Parts: sequence; structure tokens; C-alpha cells
Amino acid sequence: MSNDKTENDLISDYQVAGNGLLDRRLFLKKGIQFGAITTLASAAAQPLQAATDTDFNPARPPWMNKPGDPFSIYGTPSKYEDRVVRFPTQNEAVPGNGVSWTPLHLMEGTITPNGLHYERHHNGVPQIDPAKHKLLIHGLVNKDLFFSMDDLLRYPMQSRICFIECGGNSNAGWNSSPSRSEAGYFNGMASNSEWTGIPLSVLLNEVGIKKDAKWIIAEGADAFNMQMSIPIEKAMDDALLAIYQNGEKIRPENGYPLRLVLPGWEGVLNVKWLRRLKLTNRPVMARNETSRYTELLPSGKARQFTFFIEAKSLITSPSAHMLLKKPGLYQVTGLAWSGRGKISKVDVSADGGKTWAEAELQEPVLDRAFTRFRMPWQWNGKPAILKSRATDETGYVQPERTELVKQRGKHGFFHYNAIINWQVDEDGFVSHVYDKDEQQTPSEISIDSGWD
Amino acid sequence: MIKMNSKHLLKSVLIAAGISSAHADVTQSPQLGHAATAEEIAAWDTSIFPDGEGLPDGNGSVTDGEVIYQQQCIACHGENGLGTQLGDQLAGAQMGLTSDYPEKTIGSYWPYATTVFDVVRRSMPMTAPGSLTDDEVYAVTAYLLYLNNLVDKDAVLDKASLPKIKMPNEDGFIDAYKLEEIN
Repeated sequence: MSNDKTENDLISDYQVAGNGLLDRRLFLKKGIQFGAITTLASAAAQPLQAATDTDFNPARPPWMNKPGDPFSIYGTPSKYEDRVVRFPTQNEAVPGNGVSWTPLHLMEGTITPNGLHYERHHNGVPQIDPAKHKLLIHGLVNKDLFFSMDDLLRYPMQSRICFIECGGNSNAGWNSSPSRSEAGYFNGMASNSEWTGIPLSVLLNEVGIKKDAKWIIAEGADAFNMQMSIPIEKAMDDALLAIYQNGEKIRPENGYPLRLVLPGWEGVLNVKWLRRLKLTNRPVMARNETSRYTELLPSGKARQFTFFIEAKSLITSPSAHMLLKKPGLYQVTGLAWSGRGKISKVDVSADGGKTWAEAELQEPVLDRAFTRFRMPWQWNGKPAILKSRATDETGYVQPERTELVKQRGKHGFFHYNAIINWQVDEDGFVSHVYDKDEQQTPSEISIDSGWD
Repeated sequence: MIKMNSKHLLKSVLIAAGISSAHADVTQSPQLGHAATAEEIAAWDTSIFPDGEGLPDGNGSVTDGEVIYQQQCIACHGENGLGTQLGDQLAGAQMGLTSDYPEKTIGSYWPYATTVFDVVRRSMPMTAPGSLTDDEVYAVTAYLLYLNNLVDKDAVLDKASLPKIKMPNEDGFIDAYKLEEIN
């Protein structure tokens, strides 16, 4: 191979951890070619395309020989990107009860386009007429007040970029055998948007909080009529009554016309279709803060009010179902996030966790937002296991699965944030594996669907 | 048009509202809220607390609840609340919470009986939420508690009796948020 020398030079000059992980400064070096990672579907499609396009002239492709399409009033993705879609799994009897997963493995950057933001609905997406939607704030307040959407649009707004992650994201990780889905289709109940709206503290100051108010019960205008209890200090700190998502009005499936956004706290608390806030001195003990969204421990006790999303990371490429066609230089990339603050570093391993090296973090690194990491990797064609491990600014380190299971058992269902392993085999095929010392027998326990 | 000094205006609003200046940067409110009447609040406020606050008048029996359950609930929640692929198991837990296959039912897991009434009234049945009367919700709640051996077959529940039912797993929860505040 003519580039043997180059590969060896790369290893000797740049290796920072075992099995070919290279210094992230390599990204700055000019003229370095990274290999393409394909998904199996696109790899299979390529030969077909080549066989039928015999008249294709790459020097003057056909789309240069005729006028292009006219303008559109609302743009849509290229028809060649039709695989980049959410993956819904829903209850057969109640199709609006389920989830749709963000295809994180098919995306780059950090912002989730609105049409790909994950969904978790308990009984469907209401189509709300904003002219008929009102927010009531009442309870332990000086004045019980209604706000129309027209009213709310006149308030001073703020924007912030943050992730929202469902407490049930990655729950397949609790199963005894590794999930066989693509990375996003079992970890993509997490998305990242710029949310714009009114700080909740502004409206709470307007209604006037009574001294003994400690909790706020937030209620949605969907058919499930969701309600959740939220500590008042979070409401006063950074809660946002969001009206816009990535610059446009929030999509119906994400809470149109009004959503409560609680940066860093689990998705179910970010109540969509917000219609009512009741200030109280105690939590209401709703179904979704008792029977669900609580985590059973091996002791038989259950953790309740587990609001924070702990630090987590996920290599999005290469990841399950992808193919590395030949040995060479590849970019390992993924996302890290923490509900407690900024990501301070992401370590990557290519030898199953024996050695680690720090990945490049894409700036700007934002508080409680998706953080993109990247790492150059020289794959030698031999089996390898890739891992990523996030550390946040509190010093919290993302645990290995064995540690997490030791702490929490296997029946907590929610808040799974363990390190995820991608195994690259000698053919370049990538799959999800657990560490060797973990049980890998076919699971008899099916994934707890989360249906209600 | 009167030219207003916004800082001055804000300060006077804050003083009028009796709010400290700690949140001064976010209190620039145009004050557009409309007063809600007691009747409106009563109609909107459906939250029900473990001590019974918020429970409506009316009552329902286990026997009536069984009839409603057979019509409205059984398709998803199964015979005797044993659950199906479509809906949670609500009763009949055989395996304890520390077993390899813990069964989290109303009787084995839910900490408060009032939560059953609240979720049935606000969310159930999934195909026609809000369609049950308060009496029917009391009845379905009574039947579900009966299936979990928490009330007798001849029980009739109302706003006085429902919150008095002590759930077996009431003390089964650790307040993770409170623990954070302490530590």
C-alpha cells in the first residue's frame, strides 16, 4: 500500500491513546484525508446508482443543464436525505402514546432541526388554536391571572440553547443484551434547540408569590392533561415559557403554542401545551411523578424527583449499523451533554477502555447544551471497541455500564447514562456491545415500553 | 407622548409590587395578566393532592366500578387489572419490588390512592379522556383499589374516605431532590 508510510507516520507522530487514537490537533493539519463512513443502506445503494447512470457526465452534471426549481414558501430537505427521519414507536391502541427518536447518528453539529426533535406524547399531539389558548397562574399567589398568547407575545423575551432529554432515553441499556438499533434510535430521546420565550420569573413576580409557595404544578392542554410538580426555585431560576424553537413558533409536537422549558431537567417536566401553573406548598404526586418517572432500586425503594439529567455522551459516528470500508484515518464524533452545566471534557477510547485520550470540543461549549466532540482515529483493520466518556464542570464522570447497574440495579428504567460501546469488527461493520465481563445472554425481559 | 425613564419606571413597579431588586433584570413586565374569577379557577383547577384537597363531591362503589372497568378499561389494562401489551398492569402483583421481575402495580408501588382518581379523571380512558363523571371515576378508583385488596367488595368511596386509604408502598420513595439540597 502506497500510503503505509503515511499511516505509520501518523501513528508515531500523533498517537495519543491505544489502537490508533490520534491527537485532535491533527484536524488542523492540511491535506489529511479522512475516510468516509457509510451506513449500510447507502453502501448498498451505491453500485445500483453507478450501473444506471451510464450517461452521467460528472464534468457537466444534468442539473447544470436546465433551470433549477423555483422558490418554496417553506423549505424541506433534499430528496436524497429521506432516510434522515425520526423513528416512531407507539402504542397500537393509542397511536399518540409513544415516542419518536431523533436520528442522532445521521446528524452533525449540535442543533436539532425542528422536524427531527424527539417526541414523547402520552396521548397524541393537540392542534391548539393560539387565539383560544390561555395560561392560568393561580394558587399561592397574590393575584390569580390569565394570560392570552397575545398578552405573552408582548413580554420581553430571552433565548437559550439547551438540550431536552426524556428521562426514559437509552432505557434499552438496562436490558441484559445490547440494543441492536442505530445509535439515535435508542439514544435519540434527546434533542437540542434554541428556545425563546419569557422567563417564568417575570410572570411569577407579576402574580406575586406567597411566602409558603414551594412547588409549581404545571399542566398541559393535551388529551393526557399532563401535570407535573416543579420546585419553585427552579421556576424562579431559569425556567422559560417558550414560544419559539430555533427561530420559529414551536411545532405542535413540541408544545405549540407554549412550552415550559427547564434547562437540564428531564423532559417530562418541560410540560408541553402549557395551560396552567398552580403554586402550592407541596407536590401533587401526579401519576408521572409516582407510578412513572421514578426509579426502582435493588433495595425495593424508588428514587423520586430525579430532576437532573446527569452527564452523558454518545459517539454518533462511527456507530451501530455503519461500515468502515477499509482501514485508514477516520473521524470519531459524537455528542455530550449534562443537566448540571457545561461539558468540561470528553475522553475517547479505541481499545475498549484500556487507554483514553481527550477529544476536541466544538466551541462554543454551552451550559446544559449538546456539545459536539471529535477525535481522529487511525483504524488498522483489526477489531476495535470505541467508547466515549463525558465529564462535566461539576467533576461528575459518566459511568461505565457495570458501575451504573451496580448502583441502580436493572429495574430503574429511567436516567440511563452509561458509556456506550461500539465494536468495529475486521470487516469494518459497527455494532453495539457491552463490556466482556457483562452478561450477554439474549434478554428475556422485553424493553419496558413506557406505554401508559 | 410622555418620555419615561425605564429604570425609574421599573423601580416604582418593583416597590409597588414589594419585590426585592434581586430579580430586577427580569421583572420588566408589561403587567398584562387578566384577573381570574373564583368560578374560572374552580373549573380549571383539577389537581388532587394526597390529603384529598381538590377531590370533588360524589361517590362510587366497587360494584359500579367493575361494570365501568369492563366497558372502558379492560381492553388495555386486561382482566382484573393484570395489564396487556397496550396498558399498564394495575393489580395482581406476584413478584415483589426486590425480585428479578418486579411488578409495579397500584397496590405494590403507587404511594397515594388519590393519584388513581386524579389520573383516571384527567387522562382516562385514553380513547375518550374526560368522558367519565366524577361518580364514575370514584367507582373505577374503588374497583382498582379492590383489585389490589385495599378496600372491601362493598366499599363506596368519596372525598372523605379515599384519602384515608393507606397505600402499602407510601414509604417506598426517596426524595432525590431533597437529598441534593441536604448534601
